Order: sequence, then structure tokens, then C-alpha cells
Amino acid sequence: MSALWPWLAVFGLGLFHGINPAMGWLFAVALGLQEQKRAAVFRALPPMVLGHALSIAIIIAAVLVARVNVPHDTLKIAAAAILFAFGFYRLLRSRHPNWVGMRVGFGDLTIWSFIMASAHGAGLMLVPFFLGSPAAGDAHHHESAFANFSAPSLLTASVAVHTLGYLLMTALIAIVVYEKLGVVILRRAWFNVDLVWMLALMITGAFIILL
Amino acid sequence: MPLLKPDPTFYPSPRLAMLAPPEKYAFVAALNPPDSTLNDALLVIDVDPQSRTYGQRVGEVKMPEFGDELHHFGWNACSSALCPYAPHPHVERRYLVVPGLRSSRIHIIDTKPDPRKPEIVKVIEPEEVFARTNYSRPHTIHCGPEGIYVSALGAPNGDGPGGIFMLDCETFEVLGQWEVNRGPQFLQYDFWWHLGFDTLLSSEWGTPNMIENGLQPDLLLGGKYGHQMHVWDLRRRRHLQALDLGKEQQMVLEMRPAHDPRKAYGFVGVVVSLKDLSASVWLWHRNNGAWDVKKVIEIPAEPADPEKLPPMLKDFKAVPPLVSDIDLSLDDRFLYVSCWGTGEFLQYDVSDPFNPKKTGSVRIGGIANRTPHPKKRAQPLAGGPQMVEVSRDGKRIYFTNSLYAAWDEQFYPDGVGSWMVKLDADPQGGMTFDENFFVESTDYRVHQIRLEGGDSSSDSFCFP
Repeated sequence: MSALWPWLAVFGLGLFHGINPAMGWLFAVALGLQEQKRAAVFRALPPMVLGHALSIAIIIAAVLVARVNVPHDTLKIAAAAILFAFGFYRLLRSRHPNWVGMRVGFGDLTIWSFIMASAHGAGLMLVPFFLGSPAAGDAHHHESAFANFSAPSLLTASVAVHTLGYLLMTALIAIVVYEKLGVVILRRAWFNVDLVWMLALMITGAFIILL
Repeated sequence: MPLLKPDPTFYPSPRLAMLAPPEKYAFVAALNPPDSTLNDALLVIDVDPQSRTYGQRVGEVKMPEFGDELHHFGWNACSSALCPYAPHPHVERRYLVVPGLRSSRIHIIDTKPDPRKPEIVKVIEPEEVFARTNYSRPHTIHCGPEGIYVSALGAPNGDGPGGIFMLDCETFEVLGQWEVNRGPQFLQYDFWWHLGFDTLLSSEWGTPNMIENGLQPDLLLGGKYGHQMHVWDLRRRRHLQALDLGKEQQMVLEMRPAHDPRKAYGFVGVVVSLKDLSASVWLWHRNNGAWDVKKVIEIPAEPADPEKLPPMLKDFKAVPPLVSDIDLSLDDRFLYVSCWGTGEFLQYDVSDPFNPKKTGSVRIGGIANRTPHPKKRAQPLAGGPQMVEVSRDGKRIYFTNSLYAAWDEQFYPDGVGSWMVKLDADPQGGMTFDENFFVESTDYRVHQIRLEGGDSSSDSFCFP
């Protein structure tokens, strides 16, 4: 079980990212409505997945490289500080990136998704799982599942697992809103996910220190 | 602080916005005649029929300096905040951005917590607008996906070019010129957009030097006022196309694109044709990827006794309709047209935008007719139907009677007066005066109206 849970967490965070309207499902719905075609909803998904995957891959890769060269304690403190500072900054200044418009192709949507994921710190939320432990291979430690992988295969596998979660949630919400609920749902259900999100980042930062 | 749920006045689509509750307050720009010594103000009018103070002024905030000439104004944020590519739905529709058209001073006015007691929370001085944008005479305000967009009639010295500049929607910092490439565009008046097509459209009046001392007959007869509209790439901020309505079509003013983001057409009003003093409404539409424009409504001048006409019009023996404002209901069905010269207010069914059908007409004021309001049938009225605003549900129409201080004097030399009226619109077409709503004012002239929570010219939508 303990071997599985980091994977579940990485997958679960993918689902969590997919819930946020600013991560793509809302854009997919809008494109479907604009063209009056369900196909347009689905057509928006591959570039969004690609952009999201690129954004988190860069963060994970950076952590995997850093943990080879940086002492573990230093890495932990740096990661915690970055998460905490990012969450705090975004909490105070809840600005959103502005990019593109409604007439978008594959490239536009990929870059849009990359920018949105990066600006919201999507990859940062995954950092604690990749910091590794000073005693790699320690059976009690919960990173043990990840410790058996080489860095490149861990990167590939975790990005794939996370992005699968993101895709499933994005596609599910997009199609349910497009087909059934309609955009009136936005008025009732669009909670300020950003607040939760930024608090989650700060808590993650604190968690790293306590780990 | 950001909100936890989207601002309740934001609606994803125009269809949903039509279900909004009726407005209780109207905010009205109030300016002083040229010889006055009073400062301008923003008035709050009670428009709730259940209220004891219905149809009365219930609030007022005075501007800090003299001589602003308040004109058009708009909200800091609106339904476009729900647009999926740049969502920021947890900002509040709260602040009115109120520029002085003559002073270039911009006031940020807080309408909460009590809409009857709005307060000025920030003043952007003209020098800051000049320095950061190289524009002056701010006019139309629209809340859009990238912040607050403001059109400006000209450069700080009163010549052209006019254009558009941006304000930050949270800090109200002046961000600079909007255009990356303006192409041949030089004159500026109104602008709006088709969010579903990443397209912005702008229209043309004249530079400040062409208008601030009154309408110049030599410029008009020479066809020097604006007669084009411009199509822009909203995303890349580049000029795409100029659409010329013809040199005789003088002053291309208010732009009303279809609210449904899937529809690529809209209406623009032309004040006067040099050929026969008629006024007109034109339809712009997308045609094989490019944009085209076509006259769809023509309103002829009305013959009149020269005795009743101001000096400028005596020789023509006719009153030009002078279409100065138009407005489109949120369902894109009814177009309202103000004829400030003849004192007629028209309603057209534009379900088929290429073939508008006249469905209603009322008269009030007018250069020659001076038609009274039904509440005071013995009192002839000066001025005519001018700035019009339609409620979100399309059932109530409000309009005021003054145009622009220096021009009011030319067309209504014995005084333009000051009044605001309301009409009730039949959902199937037709409209009648609300006899209980007649707001007169002796201290101010009244211009643009904004309705609490939004109206038919305040919001734009990314969902159909």
C-alpha cells in the first residue's frame, strides 16, 4: 500500500488541478459553445494536456536535478520557502495572466495551458513527493516507491500519471457542463479555487519542513 | 479582497443576464452649462417603482475640480471577467470610472456599500493621462478581458490621433496606449468588440480642436468629421481594416455589436448625411473573413418653419434627425435609436439585422416640435432623446436630453433644459412613456446613464 500512495497522490493532484476552471475545462466549454460543436470541446483537450504536462515536467525535472547536487536539508528549506512565498504572493495579489482570445489553434492552447499551470504553481504542489530522503531505500519512508526509479523514468511516469488525472477531470467537467449543466453553473459553483489553491501551496510548504 | 464566489452581477451569457433582477438605481453623469460656476456631479436616481422616492434624485457626488464635462462612464469590471481565457471572476463590480471629457481628469467612484452615497476614492489627474498615453479627452469606458479600456478623442494638444488606452482594473493605474499598430486610423469616438471573434471596432467623431468650440459648419460641409469605422485585431492590437461609409456620412458614433458572441455583426449610428440631412444606422458584418458595412436604416429630415429653427438650420428649412445614440437589447432583438434633432425615439426589431422593422416611436422635445412629457402636458420641452440605456431584461428604457455642452447651445440656443425619462417596452414590440417618471433638473444637464448591476451597453460576454 505504501508503495502506491505517492502515485495516488500525484494522480489525485491531477484531478484537483482539473477542477480549477482556470486550468482548461471552462475554455473547452466556451470553444464548444462558440462553434456549436461537441467536437470542439474534445479538440481543446490534447493541447491543454500537453501544456499542463510541460509545465509540471519542468518543475519535477528541476527538483530531480537539484536533489543530486544540493544537500537534502538545503533543498527542503529552499522548496518550502519557494512554495510558501509563491502561495503568499498569489494570495495577496490574485492577478491572472492574460493571453490569447477566443480564436485559438493547437499551439495557442498549448502555450495558454502551460502559462496557466505555471502561473498557478501547479508543478510546485507536486514538489514534496520528489525531494527524496537522506536515507534512500529506507522502507519506512513514504518516498520509497519513487526511490526505485531512475530519474528519467520517474519523471516520465509521474508526469503521465498526474496528467492522466488532470485529463480525466477536465474532460469530465467540460462535457457535463457542455451537455447538461450549462454555464449558469458558473454563477453558483465557481468558488474562488485560487484561495484554496494558494493556501494548499503554503500548507505544502510548511509540510515539507515538518517531513 | 477577492470574493469567494463570482460577483452576482456577472453573467456568463447575455441570455442569462436578461434574467437579472430589475435595477433599483440609475447613475447619471451631470454636467454644468458652459457659463456655470458649479462643479459637475454624478447623480443617483431612484428607479425602483416600489420606492417612495421613485423617479427622484436620491444621491449626488460632486467632482473635486471645476469644468470636467462629465460625459460617458463605465464599470471597473463586468461579465467579461468570466471569459475562459483570462478568468478573474472574483473581482467586484463596484467602481464607476468617470472621466471628464473636457478636463481629461478621471474619477474612480465607489458605489458600495450604499449606492445612494457614492464616494470618490481616486482621481487620476490629466497630466498623468497625457504623460502615460499621449492621449486626452477620455470618452468611452469598457471593462474587458485585459482590464479597463478607455477611448480618447485626441492628443494632449487637441489634435489627433485619438485612440484607446488601458487602466488596470484593480489599481486603476494608467497603463498606456492600447494600439500596437494603428494603421491609417486617426479620429476616434466609440469602440466595442466581438469577444468571440477577437475583434475590436472603433468609430470616428473629430479631434478635440474640431469639436470643443462647437460644431464647425465649414468642417462639416467639407466632410472633415469622421466617416469611417475601423476593425482591429483585439488580441494583437493591430489595425485590420478601415470601412468608409462615404464622405457625406458625417460623424459615425455609437457602436452596438450583437451581444451573442457567436454573431459577427453590429450597428453603428451616423449623425447626419450632407446629401439630405438624413441620419442613418449601418450594419457591419463579416463577409468571407473580411468585414463589410451596409446602411440598414435611413431617417429623413423633417421640413420645418424657419422661424422655429436655430440660425445654423434656417436656410435648410428642415430639422435633421441627428441620431446621437443607439442601444441594442441583450437578446439582440430590439434596437433603440435617439433622434436628438427631431425629438423622435424609435424602436426597431432587428431579429433580421439586414432588414430592421420599425416597431415603435415616441416623441419628446425636438428642435421644432418641443413635444411635452405626458406628466406635464402643458410644458414644451427643449433638447431631445439622447443618451439611451436599456435594462438587462429589456423591459425598461431610460434616456436623457443633452448632447455636448457647446453643441447644445447651437441647436437649442434658448436653452436645452435638463430631463430624464423612462419608457416601458412591450416584449413583443412597442413602447410607452412611464407617466410617473420624469426627472427634471435646474442645476445640471444630464448625459449618460448607467444602471445598477449592469445594463445593455455595459457588459460583454464570452458564452452564448
